[in-house]
Amino acid sequence: MRFRHSAIRLVLAAALSAFVPGTQADLLNVSYDPTREFYKDINQQFAADWQAKSGQRTRIQTSHGGSGKQARAVIDGLEADVVTLALAYDIDSIAERGALLPADWQARLPNHSAPYTSTIVFLVRKGNPKGIKTWDDLVKPGVSVITPNPKTSGGARWNYLAAWGHALKASKGDAAKAKAFVTALFRNVPVLDTGARGATTTFVQRGLGDVLLAWENEALLSIGELGPDKFDIVAPADSILAEPSVALVDKNVARHGNRAEAEAYLNFLYTPVGQKLAAKHYFRPSKPELADPADLARFPKIALFRLDEVFGSWAQAQKTHFADGGQFDQIYQSK
Amino acid sequence: MTAVDRPGRRRSRRTLPGFTPTLGFTLFYLGLIVLIPLAGVFFKASGLGFAGIGQVIGSERVLAALRLSFGAAAIAALLNAVFGSIVAWVFVRYEFPGKRLFDAFIDLPFALPTAVAGIALTALYSENGWIGSVLAHAGLKVAYTPLGIVVAMTFIGLPFVVRTVEPVLREVERDLEEAAATLGARRWQTVLRVIAPAVFPALVTGFALAFARAVGEYGSVIFIAGNFPLVSEIAPLLIIIKLEEFDYPGATAVAATMLVLSFLLLLTINLLQAWTRKK
Amino acid sequence: MSLDTAPDSPVRLPFEPLQKTNSVINEPPLVRGLLIGAALAFLSLFLLLPLLSVFVEALRKGLGAYFAAFGDPETLEAIKLTVIAALIAVPLNLVFGLSAAWAITKFEFRGKQFLITLIDLPFSVSPVVAGLVFVLIFGAQGWAQPWFGENVGRVLFSTPGIVLATVFVTFPFIARELIPLMQEQGTEDEQAALSLGATGWQTFTRVTLPNIKWALLYGVLLCNARAMGEFGAVSVVSGHIRGLTNTLPLHIEILYNEYQFVSAFAVASLLALLAMVTLALKSFLEWRYADQLAATRRH
Repeated sequence: MRFRHSAIRLVLAAALSAFVPGTQADLLNVSYDPTREFYKDINQQFAADWQAKSGQRTRIQTSHGGSGKQARAVIDGLEADVVTLALAYDIDSIAERGALLPADWQARLPNHSAPYTSTIVFLVRKGNPKGIKTWDDLVKPGVSVITPNPKTSGGARWNYLAAWGHALKASKGDAAKAKAFVTALFRNVPVLDTGARGATTTFVQRGLGDVLLAWENEALLSIGELGPDKFDIVAPADSILAEPSVALVDKNVARHGNRAEAEAYLNFLYTPVGQKLAAKHYFRPSKPELADPADLARFPKIALFRLDEVFGSWAQAQKTHFADGGQFDQIYQSK
Repeated sequence: MTAVDRPGRRRSRRTLPGFTPTLGFTLFYLGLIVLIPLAGVFFKASGLGFAGIGQVIGSERVLAALRLSFGAAAIAALLNAVFGSIVAWVFVRYEFPGKRLFDAFIDLPFALPTAVAGIALTALYSENGWIGSVLAHAGLKVAYTPLGIVVAMTFIGLPFVVRTVEPVLREVERDLEEAAATLGARRWQTVLRVIAPAVFPALVTGFALAFARAVGEYGSVIFIAGNFPLVSEIAPLLIIIKLEEFDYPGATAVAATMLVLSFLLLLTINLLQAWTRKK
Repeated sequence: MSLDTAPDSPVRLPFEPLQKTNSVINEPPLVRGLLIGAALAFLSLFLLLPLLSVFVEALRKGLGAYFAAFGDPETLEAIKLTVIAALIAVPLNLVFGLSAAWAITKFEFRGKQFLITLIDLPFSVSPVVAGLVFVLIFGAQGWAQPWFGENVGRVLFSTPGIVLATVFVTFPFIARELIPLMQEQGTEDEQAALSLGATGWQTFTRVTLPNIKWALLYGVLLCNARAMGEFGAVSVVSGHIRGLTNTLPLHIEILYNEYQFVSAFAVASLLALLAMVTLALKSFLEWRYADQLAATRRH
């Protein structure tokens, strides 16, 4: 037995000593799913820019996953220097529950800390056989709508809020009508995937549904990746302004001593290079004048409303709609 | 334990060495890797108090999810028990072309990441998939229904029954079967009275393991389930949803309930198994 | 599969060395055919077709694209991490499995079924929860983290956390594979060896080990397969940092989420192949040592 114990200890010690130190990056960006291609370009450009300015070589690492899950990982100790997530609510949670950055983080960078924005559009099958043009077409009988579960997907919350906001405006602020509209919409949903990419796969690969509610950048990207001959994008007349937010994680940069670099990284997103790259990757740049006009031409004209105009704040929207027993849960309560 | 057992117990302990160190190490390792970590779940859930836990568990949605997870897992384990023993029997007793190939595939559900399994199964069983399209003609919808959950759970639990029954079946002495035959037993009587009792404990173990594994499965199930509250929402998904809401006590309350239920079921099965072996 | 050859089994019987051409202990051809048919149909529906679809997807764009998927440095890093996790988890659980099986099957003691059930428990723990328990312990707000972070180092979102989750998930495999067999075998062989003057260790290595070696091998293979394929629990504790804390299954998910379907399924097929290579090895050993196997089976 003594032999076994010491053998185990040896293995453990070897494992720990060999792999714990790891090769930590100079900067860790914790982001959500569909930004990989975008930040790959940003990282490259920023590293060159940073070396030119400071003379330091830098290595940036990224982590991608569902936005809420990523936020929880940061709260639980994933040492992100910057977070670039799908919704401000997730960064609010990091501020509130992890106390890793001040609550007023959103005021620290221009445009509510959203260097790029997006919106929710419809992806339909080629030729739009069901003639889907507006939000109201989605609740018609016989139309099958694919959207992920707002309880588990940040993107799906934007979908839900866009639909609710549209209905609220159309009915001049009648919450009961908005609820009836969203309920009717979700009655047309045949499957609730847990993430935005899962929903895209269901629509594209499984051939399920007539229309996919998707981020505009996701819709444009998936058309490029999966076949322009198979799908069309339909832009509704009105939709929500989706603001993916970015923030510096104060406690972690203090620990790593790389605040200057992290700040430079986030500011880089607002530079002409950053804005051009955002537009190239189908995000709507917050300073369109800096981006390539050819890229901008790809974005359809949509009347966009802001979340705070309709719902007050993310915290309120979360509490009313997505909390346990909230409006969304009520849709699925047994009749 | 009865007094009758005692002499035998004392004797075996005296003759075979290594009881104290092996049991000691077993308990130590079990405590370190499994019990202490799991205790954390109960500790966190206990923050809610009994009434709070009752409220979480008693909600219609949690009950429906638990019923679904345990019900579908039981069906899947049963399917595996029946077909798994046939597969084990065929592997041990017969020769047929492709046997080695199939034998090599059996453990695949363990190696394939559950997400890949989920995606592959959904692709097959959805209405435009190889199998799903055939079943759709028969009016049967598998993907995005509770039936799909059973399919995924059957897949991930498949190796258990085969791999627990197979070695024991190999051990069954064919002499005994011959003896039974010479004594006038018909073949089915031999199978039922000689082979089945020998294999039964292993089969029960396999069933229990397949069941246990299926109850908690998440990765492969969410792709094929449809995930509708009250209909096709499994309990582990509810845990994820509660975590997304930062409701850690609620999430651990559901987790702890699943743990206790699984533990009681497994214990019952294991006791039953020990009892049949003694008989 | 050509089922039609099975019913003519008398012709094939000589291929099975142990089988005696004795009709009273064999089933009628029709029953055999039905059983083989049922087994193959079940395996095809639940095993072969899903596997096939993985390879079909992986090879959709030809062999070039298939092999290109493995050149990616992030894939290589993921392979490395996965192998490290398995290399630590499997030996640990092997030692545990042997020791637990010995204590449980060779001795009688109170609460044995209770202990077995506790060993089974990790199977029934949802991978989601398996990850969560380590977050509760080692997370920034976890109860062990203040001390552990100071004195030992980071656990979550780095290799130790991934190894821990893997050990937890694969914990019961080897023990569970050995226990039913060793129960069936009893203690007579060991008693005999001891009475002939063998030491405890000799008895274990020369009598017990040869008796259980096949079950042990199965157990190791299953444990290894599961260690490499684990997704849910590892996903919670990994942090998903590219090229640093992504195991193969996590890397596959990322590839899939990036619409790199071919690469995703190619890497997945690698895991499937890995399982099959180890099994081919097992089949080879069985064939190579068939005589010995027959001998131990017959005692």
